[in-house]
Amino acid sequence: MGVELVQERWKGKLYTLTIGREPNQVTVGGDSTLPFLDLDGGTYSRPVSALTVLDQRPENWPDTLAGAWGDVLDDPVKWAQRCVELGADAVVLRLISAHPERGDRSPAECAATAKAVAEAIDRPLIVLGCSVDEKDAAVLPVVAEALNGYNCLIGQATSENYKTVVAGCLAHGHSVIATSPLDINLAKQLNILMTDMNLPPERIAMDPSIGPLGYGIEYAYSIIERKRTGALLGDRMLAVPVICLVGEEAWKVKEAQTTDGPEWGADEPRGVLWEAVTAASLAQAGASIFVFQHPEALRQFSLQIDALMGK
Amino acid sequence: MILIGERINGMFKDIREAIQARNSGSIEDWARKQAEAGAHYLDISTGPTVPAEEQPEVLRWMVETAQGVVDLPCCLDSVNPDAIRAGLAVHRGKAIINSTSADQERMDVLLPLAAEYQAAIIGLAMNEQGVPKDANDRLALAMEIVANADAHGLSTADLYIDPLVLPVNVAQEHVVEVLETLRQVKLLASPPPLTVVGLSNVSQRCPDRPLINRTFLVMAMACGLDAAIFDVNDEPLVDAAATAGILLNREVYCDSYLKVFRKR
Repeated sequence: MGVELVQERWKGKLYTLTIGREPNQVTVGGDSTLPFLDLDGGTYSRPVSALTVLDQRPENWPDTLAGAWGDVLDDPVKWAQRCVELGADAVVLRLISAHPERGDRSPAECAATAKAVAEAIDRPLIVLGCSVDEKDAAVLPVVAEALNGYNCLIGQATSENYKTVVAGCLAHGHSVIATSPLDINLAKQLNILMTDMNLPPERIAMDPSIGPLGYGIEYAYSIIERKRTGALLGDRMLAVPVICLVGEEAWKVKEAQTTDGPEWGADEPRGVLWEAVTAASLAQAGASIFVFQHPEALRQFSLQIDALMGK
Repeated sequence: MILIGERINGMFKDIREAIQARNSGSIEDWARKQAEAGAHYLDISTGPTVPAEEQPEVLRWMVETAQGVVDLPCCLDSVNPDAIRAGLAVHRGKAIINSTSADQERMDVLLPLAAEYQAAIIGLAMNEQGVPKDANDRLALAMEIVANADAHGLSTADLYIDPLVLPVNVAQEHVVEVLETLRQVKLLASPPPLTVVGLSNVSQRCPDRPLINRTFLVMAMACGLDAAIFDVNDEPLVDAAATAGILLNREVYCDSYLKVFRKR
């Protein structure tokens, strides 16, 4: 007896976000079904994988992570070029030196670094501030101006600083990362507030905040999944692609960092696996852009995605 | 929740006068006003005063007039299949035919029309014997419409069942039967048929009609109602629909939910 497949018919789809300059643009979104699901006749897009560059030598990175990068850690331009060589679809520049306790660099200094990195790579650039709302409000508009024409993705805009970040990105042709604290209701509200400033939804990526494996990944998973189904059911304020900062979160946990856990097996692959598995899980929930720190985690994630997409 | 704006109907004096004078002003005004209020469809009815032979031409003109100013699909509301066909012929987008009853001769004409134009259609849970007294009889008629729609190749996802709301001041016992029908219609087929009510009928000739309308709308939504034909410019009513959608977990909550609801 034949079995008839039960098919969902979704009426909504994700907005399409394109970043970077021709001919090196990257597009995410446009998905009209659940991730990696072919049966319903909908389409889904391949997740985009990015590697992180810090604008100053990282503090407190375990050797298993820092060792993967060697001598480029002091030079954001070389580091960004290495990211491209290692297969990143996009490069993320984290302006950590703007942090009041990490150097408190000025907006102009940050903008100069961002411009130098953008000029040195033939991949789209994603720029993150230092995650201090007031400082990012001062830095990001200046960075946006310096990067005019590069069509970057810039964040993190929060409920506290989105007005200045969005204004800067609107004026200089960039897209914006909307960051909210693991709360789908606040995430939706922030999208509404940003589109109320006439930022097109096609120029927003949502960063719902994530917890890594073992540290609240369930919350991130369920929020991303609910957002995806809400979007497919027609909620346009949830229909923007999701970006996940998996590297930063995964390498914070003790299981990834410690060199004193013999019962957990060898140190070298543990952190990489923590990062890759966190990303692979959230890809299945429906996120679109993944920001890694370890190149091997990006490589393993890409193999997973190849397998899921039948390649 | 699908909002179908009821206002472009010849039963209203300004629309009736507009039809008589073939003056598009009021129809255009109400098309715009209802679109701004968040309507997803515009119900379009000539009303009973237009002679049957003129109805096709009038309905076609009304559809063209309304769609000339807003980009919304219409709910073509007439008992005259010729008028429905004339409206469908010029309609842009996916129309809703309003409506067929469960009478075989009506279904035999209107269901093929829906299939031909890939339109959705409202099936009234009544026949030539009138409106059934209870939920079971309404459901039996709904099932006949479901079966006939299937026979004509129409997906149940394009079929709206209207359990028929009667005024609470003269047919009070019908209200709970309508609610029960709404619950059970979803069990008739897969994918389940959609449900719709002509909301304002519940409060005919009652004092404080808006209160009755919005109380009933929320109750019906809790029973699974998908769509309603009503006064979309009644702001508290639309607010109630938006709030019920949040409380029923149909929409993801956010502080601006009332505003977002109207934008969709």
